[in-house]
Amino acid sequence: MTAATTDRCHHTLSVLVENKSGVLARVAGLFSRRGYNIVSLAVAPSDDARFSRITIVVDVESAPLEQIVQQLHKLVPVVDISELAPADARERELLLATVSAGPETRGQVIQLVGVFEGKIIDVSADRLTVMLAGAPETIDDFEELIRGYGIVELQRTGRVALPRLDRATGVAERPRVVA
Amino acid sequence: MELTGAQALIKSLEAQGVEVMFGLPGGAILPVYDPILDSSIRHVLVRHEQGAGHMAEGYAQVTGRPGVVMVTSGPGATNVVTPLANAFMDSIPLVAITGQVPTSAIGTDAFQESDITGITMGVTKHNWLVTDPADLPRIVAEAFHVATTGRPGPVLIDVPKDVSNATMTWYEPSEADLDLPGYRPQMEGDPEAIQAAVDLLLAAERPVIYAGGGVLKARAAGSLLELAERTGIPVVTTLMARGAFPDSHPLCLGMPGMHGNFTAVTSMQRSDLLIALGSRFDDRVTGKVSDFAPGAKVIHVDIDPAEHNKVRRADVAIAGDCRMVIDEMLAALDAAGLPYDDGARAVLDPAATPADAPAGARPVPGTRAADRPAERLAEWRAQLAEWQRTFPLTYEADAGATGQGGGLKPQFVLETLRDATPSDTIVASGVGQHQMFASQWWRFDHPYTWVNSGGLGTMGFAVPASIGAKVGRPDRMVWAVDGDGCFQMTAQELVTASSERIPVKIAILNNAYLGMVRQWQEMFYEERYSEVYLSPDLPDYVGWAEAMGCVGLRVESPDEVAPAIDKANDIDDRPVVIDFRTDAFEKVYPMVPAGVSNDEIVVDPSQAATLAALRTGGAK
Repeated sequence: MTAATTDRCHHTLSVLVENKSGVLARVAGLFSRRGYNIVSLAVAPSDDARFSRITIVVDVESAPLEQIVQQLHKLVPVVDISELAPADARERELLLATVSAGPETRGQVIQLVGVFEGKIIDVSADRLTVMLAGAPETIDDFEELIRGYGIVELQRTGRVALPRLDRATGVAERPRVVA
Repeated sequence: MELTGAQALIKSLEAQGVEVMFGLPGGAILPVYDPILDSSIRHVLVRHEQGAGHMAEGYAQVTGRPGVVMVTSGPGATNVVTPLANAFMDSIPLVAITGQVPTSAIGTDAFQESDITGITMGVTKHNWLVTDPADLPRIVAEAFHVATTGRPGPVLIDVPKDVSNATMTWYEPSEADLDLPGYRPQMEGDPEAIQAAVDLLLAAERPVIYAGGGVLKARAAGSLLELAERTGIPVVTTLMARGAFPDSHPLCLGMPGMHGNFTAVTSMQRSDLLIALGSRFDDRVTGKVSDFAPGAKVIHVDIDPAEHNKVRRADVAIAGDCRMVIDEMLAALDAAGLPYDDGARAVLDPAATPADAPAGARPVPGTRAADRPAERLAEWRAQLAEWQRTFPLTYEADAGATGQGGGLKPQFVLETLRDATPSDTIVASGVGQHQMFASQWWRFDHPYTWVNSGGLGTMGFAVPASIGAKVGRPDRMVWAVDGDGCFQMTAQELVTASSERIPVKIAILNNAYLGMVRQWQEMFYEERYSEVYLSPDLPDYVGWAEAMGCVGLRVESPDEVAPAIDKANDIDDRPVVIDFRTDAFEKVYPMVPAGVSNDEIVVDPSQAATLAALRTGGAK
C-alpha cells in the first residue's frame, strides 16, 4: 500500500450495521460478488452496543458510488450509510511498523519518528517498532520515508472518520446521508 | 405455554398463514417433522429438494403468497441453492427452512454439515442462523416480512437440531418485536419525481411503456392497464411480465428482447421515452447497452433503488411500489387535466380485465366513449401498426405443420395447445427454445398465468413449478411446456404429483436436442454440434411417464396434436405427459445475437428480404 490510499477516486463510507455475527462477511461478500474494490476497511463497535461501524474506503473507478451505496443498503443488517467527502471529514489512521535500525541509521529513524510525532513502542539490537497515528496522507508520507531504512513488517489499520465540526457552533456538520 | 423449538417453528408458520409447504425430511430437521403430523399445514413430499424449491416458486408466482420449503442440513440444504438463486433473480418470495447440525457441532465438519447461511448469502435477501429457540417466533415473522415486502425475494432460516429440541415459552410476535432497524422499503414515489415523469410523459411523441416483472409483484396490472389506456401509450411486456398487460389489447406490443417480436424490439429502439415500470434493463432486453434505445429519455420506476442507473441512466428515477407510483402518476395526470377521451381507449372484453384491477374509483375500461387516440401519438401508433403488419411472428406452417427435420413445428403445437385450453390456463416453462416459443405464441390475457425462470435460466424448472402452481391454484388448468433436455432434469417430481394427486399436464417439445444450444451452434459455430444431441427415444418418455403414475401419450403427426391435447384436458385425476416429436431444425426467430445492437435483429427468413429493403430504403 502506497500513497494511492488518498486517491481522488476513493470515497469514505461510514456504514452503521447491526452488531450481529456474519455482518462483515455479508458486506465483504457483496463487494466481491459485485466486483467492487475495497481500499481499506475498519470495523469496531459503535457507542451503541447494538451497532458496529464499518468505515470503508471504496474505489469508485470499479463502480459508481451510487451503485455501491444502494447495493450496500439492500443488506438487511445495514442501518445507515453516510458518505464522508474528504473535505467534510476528519480522517485518521494508525500505522505500526518494524524498521531495520542498525547503529548507523538508528538515530535517523528516531529523529524521523520525532518529526512526525510518532512513538517508538519496541526496541531490539537492530530493529525498532514504531507507531504513528494521523491523517492518511501523513501516514502515506511517513511510510514512504521509512521505507528507505528497510521495513521488516508494516501494518495499517485502515482509516476511521467522523464528520468535520462546524467552527461556529461546534456541532458536527451532517454527513451526507446517502441511503 | 412451553413448546419445543420445533413446535414453535411450526406454530409460527401457521401464524403466518402458511397452508402448504414443500420438502423432504432428514436427520437434522427430524424434530421439526414430528409436529407437522399435528399441524393444519399440508406438506408435499418431494423426490429431490430442488423440486421442493421450484414447487414453492411456482406456488408463489401464481398466488402472490410466499412459498415455503423445508429440508434437512448438508446436501438437503445445498440442493435448494438453485431455487434460492432462481428466486433471487426473479424476485420471488420464498422462505426456506433448513435443518442444521447441533450448535455444539457447527464448525467441526460434522455429518451432513454445510455452512448454508454462508453459502446462500449471495442468493438470498437475508438469512438467519437460529441459536436460541426463544428467537424462533420473531425470526419467522422477520423472515416472512423480509421475503414479502419491498422487492420480494428468498430468505433462509437455518435451525440447528438442538434448537429444535430445546424448549421455549411461546409468544405471538408483534410488529414491535421485529428487529430490523436497517430494513425500510420505500413504497410511495416522490411527488416531485412523479410530476417530472408526468411532464415527460405528456410531451413524448414516441413513448413506450416497458413493463417488467415488478408490475406483477406489485399487483399493478390493473393500474398499468389504466395508465396505458389513459395515455394511449403502447406497452411491451418482458419475459417476466407476460400477462401483466393483455396480449389481445390493441396497445400491447408483446415481448421485447433477444427473442422478442420485431415491433416490440424496434419500438424501444426508436422511442423518445421509455417508461420502465418494474423492469431492470436486463441484458436480454437491451442487447448492446450503448446502442439500446439511443434516442429515449428514461423514466425508471422500481421499488429497488439499486436498479436505478445500474445499466441505463434514468432521467427520472422513482423509487417505490409500482402500483402506488402508477396510481400517483394517474392522479397527477388528472391534475394536469389530461382529458379522458384523449386517451386511446380500446374495446376490451370485460372478462379479460385483470382480477386485480382496482374497482370503483376510476372509469372501468371498456365503458368510455369513442376511440380517439391522442393526436400527438397518431403518427407513432401508425408506425407501430405498420411494423406489426409487416413483421408479425411467423413460422412456416405449410407441409402439414411438419418441418424440415420431419417433426412437428413447435409453434404449431403451441398454437393448438393455446386454442384448446381456457384463456386463464397457467403455463409453466423450462428454459430454452420451448420457453421462447411458449412466450411468443401463447396469448397471455391474465396476470399470474405465466410461470418461468427468467433471470437465472434454470433448466428443469417447468415440471416442479407447474406442480407448485397447481397446488396454489387447483381451480385452474396447469400446463407445463417443457423441452426434452429440461424434462430429464426434474421429471422425477411427477412421482410426487401422482402420489399427491396433483393433475398437471406436461407438453414435452421433444426435438432430441438441447435445442437453444443447438441453435447457437448452427448459427454461430459453423454447425459444429458439440454435445447437444439427446435422442428422441432414450428415454422412452411415454413409458417413463407411465412408470411415474402419469398418463403418457406420444404425438408424431399434425393431425394427432389436437386430439391428444383434448384427451389430456379431459384427465383430471393424474398427471399427463405428451411427448410431441418436434422439428430439430426449427429455430427461434426473431433473434438479436448476443452482444450486438437491437437494430441488428434477425427476423424469420421469410421476412428477411423485406427487412433488408426497409434498411437500405432509409431508416424508418
